[in-house]
Amino acid sequence: MAAATVRGGSLSAHPAAATDFERLGGYPFVVASWIDDAGYPMSVATEFETDTDAGMVRLRAPAGEGVAIPTDRSVNLIGSHIRPKPGEGYDERRYLELWGTAEASVDGRVTFSPSRAWGWDEAEVPFFEYSERSVPQSRRYLARLSAERGRIIRPRLSAFWLALRTTRLPFLSATAVPVLLGIAIAASHGFFTWWTALLTLIGASSAHLAANVSNDVFDTLSGADDANFNPTQYSGGSRVAIYDLVTVRQLSMLSAALFAAAAAIGLLLVSVTGSLTLLWIGLAGILIGIVYTAPPIKLVHRGLGEIAVAITFGPILVLGAYVVQAGRLSLEAAAASVPLGILVALILYVNEVPDRLGDASVGKRTLPARWAPQTVRQGYLVAALAAFAVIVAGAVSGLLPWPTLIALAALPLVLRVHTGMGLHYNSPYTLMAVMGTNIKLHLAVGGLLLAAYLVTIFVALLD
Amino acid sequence: MGWLPEPVERLLEVALVGELTVVGPNGRPITHPLIPLYDGERIYMHSSTLFSKKLEHIKRNPKVAVALTDPVAMKGNPDRATIQGTARIIEDDPHSQWEGLILGLWRRKEPVIDSFLKMRVALPLFFERAVIEITPERCLYWIGGDTSRAPQVSIAHRAEAA
Repeated sequence: MAAATVRGGSLSAHPAAATDFERLGGYPFVVASWIDDAGYPMSVATEFETDTDAGMVRLRAPAGEGVAIPTDRSVNLIGSHIRPKPGEGYDERRYLELWGTAEASVDGRVTFSPSRAWGWDEAEVPFFEYSERSVPQSRRYLARLSAERGRIIRPRLSAFWLALRTTRLPFLSATAVPVLLGIAIAASHGFFTWWTALLTLIGASSAHLAANVSNDVFDTLSGADDANFNPTQYSGGSRVAIYDLVTVRQLSMLSAALFAAAAAIGLLLVSVTGSLTLLWIGLAGILIGIVYTAPPIKLVHRGLGEIAVAITFGPILVLGAYVVQAGRLSLEAAAASVPLGILVALILYVNEVPDRLGDASVGKRTLPARWAPQTVRQGYLVAALAAFAVIVAGAVSGLLPWPTLIALAALPLVLRVHTGMGLHYNSPYTLMAVMGTNIKLHLAVGGLLLAAYLVTIFVALLD
Repeated sequence: MGWLPEPVERLLEVALVGELTVVGPNGRPITHPLIPLYDGERIYMHSSTLFSKKLEHIKRNPKVAVALTDPVAMKGNPDRATIQGTARIIEDDPHSQWEGLILGLWRRKEPVIDSFLKMRVALPLFFERAVIEITPERCLYWIGGDTSRAPQVSIAHRAEAA
């Protein structure tokens, strides 16, 4: 099982090679199998030694009637390994399987000459990647089973988990933080109506979920999700259509319904506030959400995804929430939105790292798909530090209240993410913890800015 | 009840991995390492739809063999056995039918499976599964795992030593 073969997308049989002999030599014994005269498979464990130069394996001949390794038919050898971990299952799973023919040897041994090989080693192809590469087999199997049974048999999830997975609900924190910040800034300026604040949160959340679902529709149709074998809990989309848990049509209808709900709430808020500014902000948000992955614009395919996300989850949401309350724009709200926009764009940026190979293969040329790893890391550091610089500049200039400097407490998270990217850049599954820390960074800065404004409001009330 | 020799049943009770060999479409053997479960009569193995080629092979030719060979996967028991039999695929509802049939046996051998099952949302297709029910017909047993000596052979319904 040459690693190159696997990384190239094939876990299927290949001509036996020297590397297969070397790998087989690492197993303590092999199991030889063949089809016996009664038509049943027969398997016997035996000792062996490999001769890479001669391209053969020498087997100790098992004793007994009916267990002699035959020389007139195909024989299969397998070496397999696990490491049991009581209470946890097992790891270090690997196996190597060889097919060939056997010959009796003069020394009473059996000589096996392999022609084909295949196998799996989770140290080279992690289990999750192996599973993702096998999704087409699952689809074929269920399609055949459906045809045999005369009814549709599809994978299922409970309604709760399906809704959570389809909409990628946990990512709503990216919307909640800027909306709440916009509302808090407005409140600090003396503007607050609870029910329009609530409607703003619901409408913005609907638009965010709609965009999540529509992105999945377009990523499924473009083949970007199919080409990604390393999805994680933070990257690679919901994959509900790839897994056939829902159809693309169902996803499209859900996305349209959520966009419609967001538009309806937005129009209600425009009519309540009478603000045309809010109308333009809302239209811009929904438009960016659609063209983010929708052809022909496909912003994310052109390396503009981060900018689109920064504008949407920064100025559009913070200013939109502010305008709903105050009926006008605010330079302070605009300034406060910038660090949040940068940090949420960096969530996308880091999450694109494990997707970069699959994305590039279908022309989705995100920044990590375009840039060298070192450039991506440097870009992260510069952008993250810029977010904090904006906070400092805002506070020093008096544009932002001085308690907002408390957000600097989240600065160490930047260094953790930067270091983690260097250590785990090529390992999607160990990079997951880094992606989680990066999401915490956005939440921490947003939460601390929010806390700063609550302090500001409280102090103003005392005055 | 089953007829397998008691030492072989002991192997089945603890085995974390057994080698299931099926007949491939071209008549060649194909071997898959899988966890075997045993209810005292039949052997149960199971397969995610992700790795379901073996199921297609068994439906085409139900003759199979299960080898228990690795002392590490047998909690240190050095004995070895090969069980030949006929397999049946149970796949009416890959989403949940397997839970009723084998989850108890699986849990008894691998309690950690419950924590994986709680994370079904993370890898939903892995838990869409079919059950391979194997009726043993012939058993070869190597005491101490020494295959340089002839095995003890038992056959269903008329267990007899070779």
